[in-house]
Amino acid sequence: MSELLTAEGLHLHFGKVAALDDVALEIHPGEVVAIVGESGSGKTTLLRVLAGLMPPQQGQVLYAGEDVHAMGEAARRRLMRSDWGFVHQNPRDGLRLRVSAGGNVGERLMAAGARHYGNIRAEATEWLKRVEIDPARIDDMPLQFSGGMQQRLQIARTLVTRPKLVFMDEPTGGLDVSVQARLLDLIRALVADLGLAVLIVTHDIAAARLLAHRMLVMRRGQVVEQGLTDRVLDDPQHPYTQLLVSSVLAA
Amino acid sequence: MSHQEQGRPTQPAAPDRAAALGPHAIRTEGLSKDFTLHLQGGIRIPVLRGVDLAVAPGECVALAGPSGAGKSTLMRCLYGNYGAGSGHVWVRHDGREVDITSADAREVRAVRRDTLGYVSQFLRVIPRVATQQIVAEPLMARGVGREEAMAHAAALLKRLNLPAKLHGLPPATFSGGEQQRVNLARGFAPGYPVLLLDEPTASLDAANRDVVVALIAEAKRAGTAIIGIFHDTEVRDRVADRLFEVAPMQDAA
Amino acid sequence: MTEASIEAGYNFGYLDENTKRMIRRALLKAVAVPGYQVPFGSREMPLPYGWGTGGIQVTASIIGADDTLKVIDQGADDTTNAVSIRRFFNRVTGVATTEHTAAATIIQTRHRVPEAKLREGQVLVYQVPMPEPLFRLEPRVAETKRMHALADYGLMHVKLYEDIARHGAATTSYNYPVLVNQRYLMSPSPIPAFDNPKLDRMPALQLFGAGREKRIYAVPPWTEVKSLDFEDHPFQPARADAACVICGARDSYLDELIVDDSGKRHFVCSDTDYCASRPPVQDAAA
Repeated sequence: MSELLTAEGLHLHFGKVAALDDVALEIHPGEVVAIVGESGSGKTTLLRVLAGLMPPQQGQVLYAGEDVHAMGEAARRRLMRSDWGFVHQNPRDGLRLRVSAGGNVGERLMAAGARHYGNIRAEATEWLKRVEIDPARIDDMPLQFSGGMQQRLQIARTLVTRPKLVFMDEPTGGLDVSVQARLLDLIRALVADLGLAVLIVTHDIAAARLLAHRMLVMRRGQVVEQGLTDRVLDDPQHPYTQLLVSSVLAA
Repeated sequence: MSHQEQGRPTQPAAPDRAAALGPHAIRTEGLSKDFTLHLQGGIRIPVLRGVDLAVAPGECVALAGPSGAGKSTLMRCLYGNYGAGSGHVWVRHDGREVDITSADAREVRAVRRDTLGYVSQFLRVIPRVATQQIVAEPLMARGVGREEAMAHAAALLKRLNLPAKLHGLPPATFSGGEQQRVNLARGFAPGYPVLLLDEPTASLDAANRDVVVALIAEAKRAGTAIIGIFHDTEVRDRVADRLFEVAPMQDAA
Repeated sequence: MTEASIEAGYNFGYLDENTKRMIRRALLKAVAVPGYQVPFGSREMPLPYGWGTGGIQVTASIIGADDTLKVIDQGADDTTNAVSIRRFFNRVTGVATTEHTAAATIIQTRHRVPEAKLREGQVLVYQVPMPEPLFRLEPRVAETKRMHALADYGLMHVKLYEDIARHGAATTSYNYPVLVNQRYLMSPSPIPAFDNPKLDRMPALQLFGAGREKRIYAVPPWTEVKSLDFEDHPFQPARADAACVICGARDSYLDELIVDDSGKRHFVCSDTDYCASRPPVQDAAA
């Protein structure tokens, strides 16, 4: 099978609130899929369930044919530090703040068994350049960086081991608009260069249009519309999608 | 076998090969399109009804009809940018016909990468990406090497009279005419077997119009099927083999 | 030894038999899974935490009437801590004590490994203040447990990376982390990094007790113990570049002494038994 990740019949209720109501999804190698919807629509929950961070009450998530929620924590963690990456909205959740920029980028390499200091440092330097951070700052702490730089550092730290699938939770969330554009462009270029598959949760329609090949629109735990990004945005069918698109483009 | 694979052309299929595949590079079958505006009480606006259009390789068809008749809507349906209410859009892709209206997103992407090009009226600017890169990208997506793609992009931009000093800049600050030429270069660079052109000469001067007319003629000779909207009747008459009338719908409830 | 020589009213070895049995079970598990920290029900002892209560409980659980006990603190047999622990065991077990490494069957130690090579049949009991090697890097205990369970030790190398990036070399000079039997990351207790190589394939059994943290772990005889390092920055145990002023040793770990008000320094062997076993330097006058 050519799918990297597939999910079927996902259900998850918080009390009476349906966070996931019969959600299905698949993602292929090299595909960028955006999950859009307002806060509370269930999109972040979906991302967490797909990434194995939270079990569904019903349904299955398969990665390369293996059940993500049945594989046991050791295997899931191995996946998290090899094939997968996770970019958090708040870079502080994805970085070690008391470890230098170089150490942050190098950690995944070391976790994967890299034991040559010089090589690790060279690779970290290279990645700082790729995310447009001055390599002279390799020994600086993340707390000395701006929010946009921290986010770029988190991306370098995540991509350094060349994962196949990256989960991104509102990666431009807390940033200024000017900083957002730069970050989006950087993500776009890296994703294309590395041929990554990306599942990105965002409420930023413009970001989704720029990055995603395909899009899912979520509302109240359900996927109400999905398809080619430009078709969903330019010819929305569901009333909620029309509302979402018209409110954004009017701004 | 591998020695046969090596002979696969990356440029548009030669006319004899295209003819062997079937008579049409792109065709529609009973294509209809309505818009339902849920935010305006669910009002339905019918735009296209029962459109049957077929274009052969090497042929250029101009869409005709008054403004508001749905020519741009038809173009967008052909590209898959709009879905269809009913009917089909068949595109000859990779040796078979793919229905753009029902194909899944990945297949539509593959068709757009290898077969179906679209030059819209306006360039959707990607922040910070240089002009030459924008033009070279679709070539690289099809597996052309970076250097070759960049060289091809530069040559095409130059031919469209965009000076080399602009090639390294993102087109965000370019004039309308300059942006349109970037868009044209991006559309013509890969040599798609099917090319959709929405007002390709709207904001161009006479010299650049002539370049576009020449590019269209070359593409036709190479076997490209072209569907265009040309407000400029002089250009239209120079490039179109025939007209296809898009009639306005009577307003319905 | 006769029962009469034991302080009246106390069980042999101070601990009651049920407690010893509980600790021995923990020790067996620790030996079976080298480097793994086994929780145990640490008891209140007649001296405060930080004075070796973990080591004392381990020793009390394994000691028998025919054992010979040696206790060292920073390599010395004659420091307060060593003397009082030795006296404690003499009062509650009546076993023979010694200052000679070779003569001892059990050696309880704080912060050193004896210079003399240990042999099969001997047991080295370490007093451990903090058994968790990851605790400064990862404050969440549940997370450190998970990291051990999954052998997810990239973070420990991040610490080494940071040392080298900032100081040009690993700066950890004691309590230098080791990987036991290619599986568990372990704190060797606050021994100098100089002693780390002695842990590797040691013929004696090594037991580690942490009283306050309620953990026991072990390294069985002949087990591989590797100090963490990078290929291009191999582990290098540090030692003062000097000779002992008493015995002239250049191969032992040295303590630095300031001997007068002008700051004149002398180096002496930290292992007093080792130093005493060597002929003194002839020309003592400088």
